[in-house]
Amino acid sequence: MYSASDLRKNLRLMLDDDPYIVVDFQFVKPGKGQSLYRCKLRNMLTGSQIDRTFREVDTFKPADTEEKNMQFLYKEGDSFHFMDNENYEQIALTQEQVGDAKNFLIENMECKVLMFRDRPIDITLPNFVDVLVTDAPPWIKGDTVSGNYKPVIVETGYKVSVPPFVEQGEKIRIDTRTGEYLTRVKG
Amino acid sequence: MSAQWKLEAKREALETRACVLHATRAFFLSRDYLEVETPNRIPAPLPESHIDALAAGPWWLHPSPELCMKRMLAAGYGRIFQIAKCYRGHERGALHLPEFTLLEWYRAGCDYRQLMEECEDLFLYLSGAMGISNRLTYRDREIDLSKPWERLSVKEAFDRHGSIALGKALEQDRFEEVLALEIEPRLGNLKPTLLYDYPLAFASLARVSKDNPAFAERFEIYVGGLELANGFSELTDAKEQRRRFEKENALRSKRGRPPWPMPEEFLEAISRLPESAGIALGVDRMVMLFADAASIDDVVSFTPEEL
Repeated sequence: MYSASDLRKNLRLMLDDDPYIVVDFQFVKPGKGQSLYRCKLRNMLTGSQIDRTFREVDTFKPADTEEKNMQFLYKEGDSFHFMDNENYEQIALTQEQVGDAKNFLIENMECKVLMFRDRPIDITLPNFVDVLVTDAPPWIKGDTVSGNYKPVIVETGYKVSVPPFVEQGEKIRIDTRTGEYLTRVKG
Repeated sequence: MSAQWKLEAKREALETRACVLHATRAFFLSRDYLEVETPNRIPAPLPESHIDALAAGPWWLHPSPELCMKRMLAAGYGRIFQIAKCYRGHERGALHLPEFTLLEWYRAGCDYRQLMEECEDLFLYLSGAMGISNRLTYRDREIDLSKPWERLSVKEAFDRHGSIALGKALEQDRFEEVLALEIEPRLGNLKPTLLYDYPLAFASLARVSKDNPAFAERFEIYVGGLELANGFSELTDAKEQRRRFEKENALRSKRGRPPWPMPEEFLEAISRLPESAGIALGVDRMVMLFADAASIDDVVSFTPEEL
């Protein structure tokens, strides 16, 4: 059982008999009052989003799901194809099912696919992924003022803020849980 | 994995933070307040139902310096302020850190209305020190800090901004929900708002209003939708205070939390309190305003997650 204070982004839980994932989470506490947990949740079966506000006393069951190790093979149109590492069976997920993971999926990447009663519904990526910067505004030499970030685009089409010295053609490491730049990767 | 650049990027906000701290001290010293320090580690916090203290060995980290400062007030220290690190469990969000900085001050011979005026003066002093005269820009909104600020009673706020009236909200146990989700975002967007006169059930240490006994002389400051401070005329009736603590403890038990021991020395001191008022102001959030930061994470050197 989860209690309301366990709520955080990406927690999976059962709500009205469906598996949901917390996509946005806001802790609200009016002065000296009881805590409120304002959540945006995505129904992992239908993809539809709902807003719910929970209180400290609310409890939840963990989502009734199972994780399988798979390899990402390729993307074709809006389908993302994966192979089950155990039985080599292939499955396809829609862009909606893949969600934010589409920003970091690179061919041959090992990941975990979440199954709900034999249906693939979500993906967990490695925490860190190295991606190629395919489009970056040039670095104006001498601009070393800290706090000056610039947006770049990586090979998956994802846009991310990086320090000014990162250049096109370099590889950078991204934390897939936060979507944030971590460091440049040499070689 | 180091995120050194994130720390580097905080420099401007941390400079604003230092400026806020220096100017706050200068403000209170100019008004003959004594800066005090009280222990952060105490045998037990005051019984309040919705604040969870963090353990430090067999004792507790204080959720606020209120307990010790009021004992000082009762001992004749009539103008005191403190900038203290405080600790509260289960509080983490864009406006909450489990370790945060509170500014508390207490003044004998005044009530909550005079304290409201002192808050106005403090902000004007700070904005002067920051070199922004009385115009604060927060999240693309320009907020006019000049006196007088908007004064809005809790009842009026429910009528104006809530989907249901105050009486209904209390009846349906939705007071906090309506206040936090519907009313708060609409407060303090043109000028700061002083929200005042809270229903008695939501003011565990405040004096009952002389004009309306269903309310307590408590107020909160809102600037740009941020709740910044909680102040009140001090309750000086030890018997009434004991009853309220017992009620808070009962609420804790209902939530499955252990009750706190009765703070006997504190209750004894309460009966010797002069007529006075006191307030706790979130320093981190005040820095957020002057640094135009969206999250409390942006105005502290390290969040717990970054350690």
